[in-house]
Amino acid sequence: MMFVAVLCACAICIIMLVVRASKGPSAFDRILAVNSIGTLIILGISLHGFALGRPEFVDISILYAILNFLGTLAILRFYPVPDASEENKQ
Amino acid sequence: MVEFWVNVFLVSLLVIITFNIMRNKRLIAIVALSGAYSLTAAAIFVNMDAVDVAFTEAAVGSGISTILFLAALRYLPVEEAHETRYPIWSLALCVIVGVLLIIAAFALPEFGDPNAPAHVHVAPRYIAESYPLFHIPNVVTNVLASYRGFDTLGETVVVFTAGIGVILLLSGSTLSMRLKDADTKSEENSDNASGDIVKNSGDDT
Repeated sequence: MMFVAVLCACAICIIMLVVRASKGPSAFDRILAVNSIGTLIILGISLHGFALGRPEFVDISILYAILNFLGTLAILRFYPVPDASEENKQ
Repeated sequence: MVEFWVNVFLVSLLVIITFNIMRNKRLIAIVALSGAYSLTAAAIFVNMDAVDVAFTEAAVGSGISTILFLAALRYLPVEEAHETRYPIWSLALCVIVGVLLIIAAFALPEFGDPNAPAHVHVAPRYIAESYPLFHIPNVVTNVLASYRGFDTLGETVVVFTAGIGVILLLSGSTLSMRLKDADTKSEENSDNASGDIVKNSGDDT
């Protein structure tokens, strides 16, 4: 029961973050929203493994966490800086 | 029961993200949302116990393709062109193909059905024989690396070649680009233009 409640909380958070990722006024809102969606999905996978009694799902979550981090780092590395300042002004 | 509702939620999340990608005009938002799309798809694969497929989806879809899209985005304007047309015939074609695929999906065997054709053909032999023969605990790894070893080698060669091609194109070291570089340099110091070209083509590699 507790598991279902936590999963529902994750689902609501993900829906709010998808709205933020699509509407978000600046690009950094979107980057943060997508990163948080990744974190919540990692949390969901860990919960799923915990509820079904399969501890190996934690390994998958760790790998996803690394990929999520690398993806965010890549976005920040490749994002063209002049455009970012223009977007913040709008 | 819980698993069913998790699947329902994840698939509807995919639909929501897809509509957002379609309606969004900002390219950076589209790239970010497609990264979120792949992570959600990977979560669906984990839910269906296809962990290896989920790994690939997360690494390729969310990691590498996001980076490649962003690298390509540096050469593009920030916004999509405004005059988006909605050709009605393409929509009709998509709907027809989609309906046909959904009808065909009803003929598929149930998920996890032990009598499905994929589970009765060679899979029992792989499961029974692979560990005593090759001593690799993971059956999927065993099939890919031992039973289909040459196939996997060919795939790796193809992917490696494609990666080299993409790196060469993005780093700008094709022959025409190097010649252009050499031209601009030789205009600056017009002493030995021909010698410059030869030197540059050797240096850039």
